[in-house]
Amino acid sequence: MGDLMSQKAIELILMRQLASALAMPIFLVDPSGSLIFYNEPAEQLLGSRYDETGEMSMKEWSSLFAPIGEDGSTLPGEALPLNIALHKHRAAHLAFWIRGLDGVSRKIGATAFPLEGQGGRQLGAVGIFWEEP
Amino acid sequence: MRVTLWGTRGSLAAPGPETIRYGGNTSCVEVRSKDNALVVLDAGTGIQRLGARVRGGEGRIDLLLTHLHMDHIQGLGFFEPLYEPDREIHLWGPPSPTLDLRTRLARYLSPPLFPVRLRDLPCRLTLHNVPPERFEIGGLGVEAELVCHPGSTVGYRISEGSRSLAYLPDHEPALGVREFPGQPEWTSGFSLAAGTELLIHDAQYTTEEYQERIGWGHSAIPDTLTFARLAGARRLVPFHHDPTHDDAMLDRIDSTIRASDDLAFALIAGREGTTFEV
Repeated sequence: MGDLMSQKAIELILMRQLASALAMPIFLVDPSGSLIFYNEPAEQLLGSRYDETGEMSMKEWSSLFAPIGEDGSTLPGEALPLNIALHKHRAAHLAFWIRGLDGVSRKIGATAFPLEGQGGRQLGAVGIFWEEP
Repeated sequence: MRVTLWGTRGSLAAPGPETIRYGGNTSCVEVRSKDNALVVLDAGTGIQRLGARVRGGEGRIDLLLTHLHMDHIQGLGFFEPLYEPDREIHLWGPPSPTLDLRTRLARYLSPPLFPVRLRDLPCRLTLHNVPPERFEIGGLGVEAELVCHPGSTVGYRISEGSRSLAYLPDHEPALGVREFPGQPEWTSGFSLAAGTELLIHDAQYTTEEYQERIGWGHSAIPDTLTFARLAGARRLVPFHHDPTHDDAMLDRIDSTIRASDDLAFALIAGREGTTFEV
């Protein structure tokens, strides 16, 4: 059905609607890792409105937000919780630094989990994150 | 395709003199292909009269359930072809991550809720989870997709040649959307309904009623119209009428809709017994 009019899966639609109603920052990616949505609380930490960034590939967003480990080294994409959730099909957590599009560096804690639909369909992953003190 | 509405009521059968024109039976729609293949959408109480019409006939029957809420399966045990030993019947329903369709349906079709067990039905019955990809029934193309309604619920798009109908009797696409409609790709049910000749869609609540029932899985009538407009449907059948909406109220709703000056589609009243060609 997806190719008829390229509508997102209902699970992603509901996840986005839930995220839109929550006060916690949420980041949603599709099965390829491409960013497909983040909510208003996430906009404050990422330094840009989603309407301005729009959808982008994992390669783009992981370099755009420049994740840096607590030891100061650049984090490879495969270390990011969202990548682990997508490819290892389990929840993952990590604390690291990002640089928002407003130029501000923030330390965040991020937990990600995969979205798996009925019939084993891989739908993407959800990241929940917050600013660490 | 020829489409007949055998039950247009939502949630609870509502027979009586005050509902005689729109009908009191719950969801059931007959779809006949040009080659006379029979597809039945949902098994609400309306299916009993359809069963009486087709009993003793020949040919396979495919019964497509959108979900297993009671108003969509209550007529199942009263569908006479299920008791015909030589009748081939295929029963399709939404998948569940835990229980197969037979187990879920047997909760109803077994004592103490029903005297006949599903496994004792004499027809040649095959149960299927609807697949995520398009499939064929008697020359009709069928597509099913999960939609926004509590529990595992699908809508259907049925096509014959270049003509399609969409059946979304229980659907709340506006749930959680700040400004409905949003983008088509983020709208539940859009791909099923896009560009269809005929859209049969949930229209259970008035705007005022909806405010008290958000999240119950049904649409306010203005949202139904908005969804039909977004999808570019050519004809809309408001369906799954609330059991408290009598004929007089549904007439008023129908008149209000028709008075709108920006209808982008033809409106067909969702009345039991109506037949139309697609």
